[in-house]
Amino acid sequence: MEELAIKTTTKQQVMTGSQAVVHSLIAEGIDLIFGYPGGAIMPVYDALYDVEAKLTHILTRHEQGATHAAQGYARATGKVGVCLATSGPGATNLITGIADAQIDSTPLVCITGQVASHLLGTDAFQETDIIGISMPVTKWNFQVTKAEEIPYALAKAFYIARTGRPGPVLVDITKDAQFETLDFEYKPFKGMRSYVPTPQLDLEKVKEAAVLINAAKKPLVLFGQGVLLAEAEKEFKAFIEKADLPSAWTIMGLSALDSDHNLNVGMLGMHGNYAPNKLTNECDVLIAVGMRFDDRVTGDLSRYAKQAKVIHLEIDPAEVNKNVKTDVAVLGNAKESLSALTELINENEHENWLAKFRNLEKEEFDEVVKDDLNPTTELMTMGEVMDKINLHSDQKNIIVTDVGQHQMVACRYAKFKQTRSLITSGGSGTMGFCLPAAIGAKMGRPDAQVIGIIGDGGFQMTIQELGTIFQFKTAVKIVVMNNEFLGMVRQWQELFFEKRYASTTMVNPDFQTIVNGYGIKTKKVEKREDLEAAVKEMLAHEGSYFLEVMVGKENNVFPMIATGASVSDIRLK
Amino acid sequence: MEKKRFTISVFTEDVVGILNRVSIIFTRRKINVESIAASESEIKGIYRYTIVITETEDQVKKVVGQLEKQVEVVKAVFHPDDETVHQEIALYKVKTGVLASGGNAEKIVRSHNARVLSVETEFTVLEKTGHKEETQQLFDDLKPFGILEFVRSGRVAITKPMKTLSSIVEQLEGLVKN
Repeated sequence: MEELAIKTTTKQQVMTGSQAVVHSLIAEGIDLIFGYPGGAIMPVYDALYDVEAKLTHILTRHEQGATHAAQGYARATGKVGVCLATSGPGATNLITGIADAQIDSTPLVCITGQVASHLLGTDAFQETDIIGISMPVTKWNFQVTKAEEIPYALAKAFYIARTGRPGPVLVDITKDAQFETLDFEYKPFKGMRSYVPTPQLDLEKVKEAAVLINAAKKPLVLFGQGVLLAEAEKEFKAFIEKADLPSAWTIMGLSALDSDHNLNVGMLGMHGNYAPNKLTNECDVLIAVGMRFDDRVTGDLSRYAKQAKVIHLEIDPAEVNKNVKTDVAVLGNAKESLSALTELINENEHENWLAKFRNLEKEEFDEVVKDDLNPTTELMTMGEVMDKINLHSDQKNIIVTDVGQHQMVACRYAKFKQTRSLITSGGSGTMGFCLPAAIGAKMGRPDAQVIGIIGDGGFQMTIQELGTIFQFKTAVKIVVMNNEFLGMVRQWQELFFEKRYASTTMVNPDFQTIVNGYGIKTKKVEKREDLEAAVKEMLAHEGSYFLEVMVGKENNVFPMIATGASVSDIRLK
Repeated sequence: MEKKRFTISVFTEDVVGILNRVSIIFTRRKINVESIAASESEIKGIYRYTIVITETEDQVKKVVGQLEKQVEVVKAVFHPDDETVHQEIALYKVKTGVLASGGNAEKIVRSHNARVLSVETEFTVLEKTGHKEETQQLFDDLKPFGILEFVRSGRVAITKPMKTLSSIVEQLEGLVKN
């Protein structure tokens, strides 16, 4: 979690509401925001002009881009992402990103301009009920109609966004409130009776969980983003190492544990690894840490881990028993819960049980992985591209993905040695997420090698953000895996819709020409013999780089759990 | 699991939009709200929503979990009918002539213990409080005589378990101070 260096301003200063917005952001320790100006937010932009040295504004090319960039920034840094937009269409364009942040627990503060308060409800120009529209997809939202409400509303917004299970909040500020003056004083928000961010740890539950783990012969740990959000990577590692617990991840939890750790047994879910999915229905104790049993992870719930006792370490009480019935729920922050639990569990070894994972891994390697990474076909695979990136980098990259086949391939094959290194749209599956999210991640972590992995479909959903890369000289690497298809949908059409390829063929423009126009170095690889050199060149290149790889049009992602099937019905082909 | 009637009590801060936050939780799951009543609780500044739905216990638990998760919801609880004492109020507008004619209508009003709220030359307003079935029975009995207008409130309910709202609020406020 970010350092809480929120400043309390001591002296009251008279200023306008719009100045209060920017000074509140500065007091919160924010130095970078993403947004797009327009009529109803112009006073705030005017105030930004005076504080450019302290608060950088990144002009994205679309408000959706601003939200995804803020998400990428938040996910890479652990800080709150901030975006700014005008009323009406500016505000509604934020919704896709806000919904994505809500389901993926990403802390965002979105500030929107609104028509003057006397015009509310009159269908004024660029008026839209953004409070009503954003309510189902925000953790909290609030409309400011008086300048004096601004510092308190923003302090509360940041507090709610970052604490407990993080999420997006929206503060809508009428134009007259931006113009009005107030006596500005900023105080960090201290909490409220109706909101308990982190439940108190119940040691009795921890004991019950420890008893189950100590008796387990075939334990399996499932971990999600909760480990990352609680900064509990060390505690998690100590926990699984002490009792020798095989651990599988959701894509939101990926990179919390090193890829090559011997207890890392791979990816859960629909296109995850063979072993953890199969053995979910064989384990005797299932220990879920900071994950929410998404349907893409569980498959058919009526045939999901019915033989196992289930322990759920979770910060959000509403997630317990939501999808999977839990025998012991340990509510709290994963860092605290894991520390307490590790103390009570016995050192243990599960050699035979782990051997089962290794055997199934070998089966998957022979049937799937081998051909993905070292294909014998003429056409290139997405897997071999990921393999080359692993091979020629220090594996400390931040990998950002879009949504679809390449996302599954990237998650399956990218190797990680550092936490917070995989940024993807998990719950929402938002195509177009990657390009702006990669920009935000790079801006938050300029020291890191940030590589966006995108399909040709998703690339064109937010392609306009190339303009942001151009303007701000963002040294982000973009890999487009081009199969001239909406690959994942095509795969489903092949498998479940009798090969009726309705509207999944993409006739693409020349991406090289387009990207060149934005002054970004580009390369297109059409033959395998050119791939390795191109990947090396991309990784070594100082500035932004666009690598387009033409991959097999009809490659499918396996393993796969078909919709409605059980995890143990996972298919290798 | 079998569907049953449940009363959900939601205690919220007094803020604009909270009704919407509460209601979209039902909308999203396509749960029909049978009745809703809202007013300030025994604690100033905390509002109480009484919501009646027919659902499985499993689903009600999840809904209440989602309600309580809302930042400005102080507490949400649910009870089956036998754990609440509940009432609804209904008003009936009938022609005064019907009651004055000395016929059955007057007997019906008596037997239901309905109150006369207002008598005008043309119409009389009756009031009956009780469970929905009781107010409905009076409606059905009066129907042959002609009902000019009818309205029934949402259910209000007091829960039988003894934990008080003030003790819950005290505990929550303690957490903030820490």
